[in-house]
Amino acid sequence: MQDVLTLAQAGGTPPMAGVTLAHYLFVSAAMFALGLVGFLVRRNLIVMFLCTELMFQASGIALIAFARYHMEMSGQTFVIFVLTVAAAEAALALALVVLLFRRRDSLSTEAWQEMRG
Amino acid sequence: MLMHSAVQNAAEAVVGGAVSAADAARAFALPEVTEGPWWVALIPFLPLLGAALCGLCAAFKVKSKLPAWITVALLATSFAITVAMFQQLSGGASISHAFRWIEFRWGPEADQIFTANFSFYADNLSILWMLFVTGLATLIALYASEYMSHEVGTGYCRFFAAFCLFVFSMSCLVLGDNLILLFLGWEGVGLCSYLLIGYYYKKPSAVAAAKKAFIMNRIGDLGLLMGIFLTFVHFGTVEYRELFALAEPYVLALQQGRIGDIPAIVNLIPVLLAIGAFGKSAQFPLYVWLPDAMEGPTPVSALIHAATMVTAGVYLIARTYPLFLASDIALPLVAWVGAITALLAATIGMAQFDIKRIMAYSTVSQLGFMFCGLAVLTTAGGVFHVLTHAFFKATLFLACGAVMHGFAGQLDLRKLSGVMFMPGWLIVGLAMLVGCLNLAGFPFTAGYFSKDLILAEAFITPTMAPIGWILLFTAGLTAYYTFRVFFRVFVGPKEFHPGDDAHGEAETDVEEHSEQVEQGNPQAEAVGEKAHDVGDEAHGADEAEDHEHGHGHFHPHPPGWAINTVLATLALASILAAGLYFIGDKGWVDGMLQSSTAQQVYLTQEGTRASGYALVTAEPAAKGTFLGFDPHKAMYYVSAVVGLIGIGVAFVLHYLGRTEAATSRADKLLPAMGPIATWAQDKWRVDELYDMVIVKPLRVISHIFHVIDKLIVDGLVNLFGVLPRMIGSALRPVQSGQLQGYAVGMAVGLAFVLLVVVLMAVAGAGVAS
Repeated sequence: MQDVLTLAQAGGTPPMAGVTLAHYLFVSAAMFALGLVGFLVRRNLIVMFLCTELMFQASGIALIAFARYHMEMSGQTFVIFVLTVAAAEAALALALVVLLFRRRDSLSTEAWQEMRG
Repeated sequence: MLMHSAVQNAAEAVVGGAVSAADAARAFALPEVTEGPWWVALIPFLPLLGAALCGLCAAFKVKSKLPAWITVALLATSFAITVAMFQQLSGGASISHAFRWIEFRWGPEADQIFTANFSFYADNLSILWMLFVTGLATLIALYASEYMSHEVGTGYCRFFAAFCLFVFSMSCLVLGDNLILLFLGWEGVGLCSYLLIGYYYKKPSAVAAAKKAFIMNRIGDLGLLMGIFLTFVHFGTVEYRELFALAEPYVLALQQGRIGDIPAIVNLIPVLLAIGAFGKSAQFPLYVWLPDAMEGPTPVSALIHAATMVTAGVYLIARTYPLFLASDIALPLVAWVGAITALLAATIGMAQFDIKRIMAYSTVSQLGFMFCGLAVLTTAGGVFHVLTHAFFKATLFLACGAVMHGFAGQLDLRKLSGVMFMPGWLIVGLAMLVGCLNLAGFPFTAGYFSKDLILAEAFITPTMAPIGWILLFTAGLTAYYTFRVFFRVFVGPKEFHPGDDAHGEAETDVEEHSEQVEQGNPQAEAVGEKAHDVGDEAHGADEAEDHEHGHGHFHPHPPGWAINTVLATLALASILAAGLYFIGDKGWVDGMLQSSTAQQVYLTQEGTRASGYALVTAEPAAKGTFLGFDPHKAMYYVSAVVGLIGIGVAFVLHYLGRTEAATSRADKLLPAMGPIATWAQDKWRVDELYDMVIVKPLRVISHIFHVIDKLIVDGLVNLFGVLPRMIGSALRPVQSGQLQGYAVGMAVGLAFVLLVVVLMAVAGAGVAS
């Protein structure tokens, strides 16, 4: 609560009443955990890719929350870049997934296990 | 250098007393050394040029006798230069500097330097040696031009290149003005000997003989090398000029009976040098390589293994004679080794059937005589015997080679008879007779005079009379086995069985034909036979090649002009060499040597013998006698009688009543001899003894080392190879290939890092508060 007051005093837009940094971080952590668990338990390449995106965005939320909290715009700028890169990377990754699917007629990761000891 | 100056001090101390007593009593006269003419360097370098040219001939695949003519021309030039140098040299010594070779210093002092230059020390001893080395080499190269004619186009260039290289090495050995250059030549002649013994490298026995010669020589070379090392360590120089001057005080000390003044190292040096000489000159116990060396072409046997290279040991001792005179053990050792070798080789020679091998054993035996000659203080006798032996043994070998050449490699004296009276063989037979008379010591031949000198001096020198008796007995044996060859092969009923050997390549042709016949189907067989016939006819046209084929239509081909000329020249030289004995006061050789450092040590006064032998007899010994007579006079008669008895026994046993080649009266005596004859025929089984005592244990040890190498050394290396592989296979299951597996790994790792960071933060907060 103390932190929110200092934020308001610094002249920024007043935050939503009762929503603190911890809330944002909680949402971010939850999203990250969901993404991680999804990545670990699912075998579908597309779903796994979506899960990585989820983790990506979770970190983005954390970055923006901290940036807003410290009134430091570089965090937000960084997220803009991350989104851009993520978009490009999504295009590449999906293309890869399509190619992999064509090779094996399956989206399961278990279809790709040739490099093992 | 400390050591060096210490030596000089000791030397001065030794000399000191003598100098004050009588003005500069000298042990021997050091020759005056002058600057020699530059062209002496051509003597070794012309043959080297010849070797290079013959190598070029090989590279351009010359298919003519060109290499032989190059060799003969260059060697003849070399000989002419030697003669010119001999004319110019009037006593004393001269050093011709060719170029700086080894020279390094390790400090600023004047004596902190090691020098061994390509300089040539020409005195009467070395020039005498070079005269017969280059002269004989020229003649034998001429002989070889015909003898090796089968090899034109294949091994001809190789043969003459090695021949030239040999003469170069021998010249370095003889003319070098320091022990290092001598060693270079020493190893060079060993290498050429190896190359030429193994000339027929497709023949396993030749390869084995070459290796045997090389290895046996290495054993002796170790002695020589250590002798040279110790010489430098003690005297601080390896150059003869300085070395002889430094050795003189010790010689003087020994002559005056001050044996305590001789350090052990000075006693050891000549012994080590003598071991080197024993190896190179095929003396007991290192003589076994020389008879096997007869696997090489006969000109090589004549030049290297009879006339020149094997006398290198004699030269070494004669050259470093002052060092030998400074030791009271070296010369008696040389004498006994020489006498034992002479006797042993002669007994073996009596029982052999291969005429070239008999000649080889007689070479070993005669080398024993030469060593004895040096050791009983008659350098003139030893060197004179080297000289006469070089001529008559070359004659003998070349005559044997002509027989071998003409009878398809037949050397067994049981399969040849009456050769001298076959058409075209008279010159060979007469040359052989001259050689045999010389070797047997027939009165008034050169061999008779040179052998007598050694025998007589052996009886004169105190304590050496047993040597004299052994040598006298050996001389009788020599006469017997020499004329055994002559009476069986060259006279008597005419009969011959050609050998199955062909020189080199032609033989393989025949084998190929017969293989074709054996392996082919009937049709191919007929073709093969036809090819064989055609080959026969083609060869039949060329009489020289004829003897390669079937014994049915064999006829021996007598030697051509080159072989006959050389044989006649050498036989004549062997006869004329006797004249040298009558030149000057005590013979030409003696006169030559008196102005070199190998001068004969004469009785200075009645009863004092100027050498270490005076010490052996405890007091100045009385002059030795031969059963109360003057040995020199008595020996003329005694040795003549001994030689004639030997010849007579051979005449009775091997000529009288002999009707065929294979048997003679001597065979009837064999049962009475019991095992002695067979043992002598088996060369006293010395080779087998060496095999058992040295080769077999070495082989066992090498097997043990092999096991150690396999288990421990290889094991360690292999362990370091296996270890990473084992770790890898242990860790390999981690790479499962399952994407989620890796993801879990990453997540766990990340979680761990996070945990550490958090814990550190908490701990940091705790410390801070």
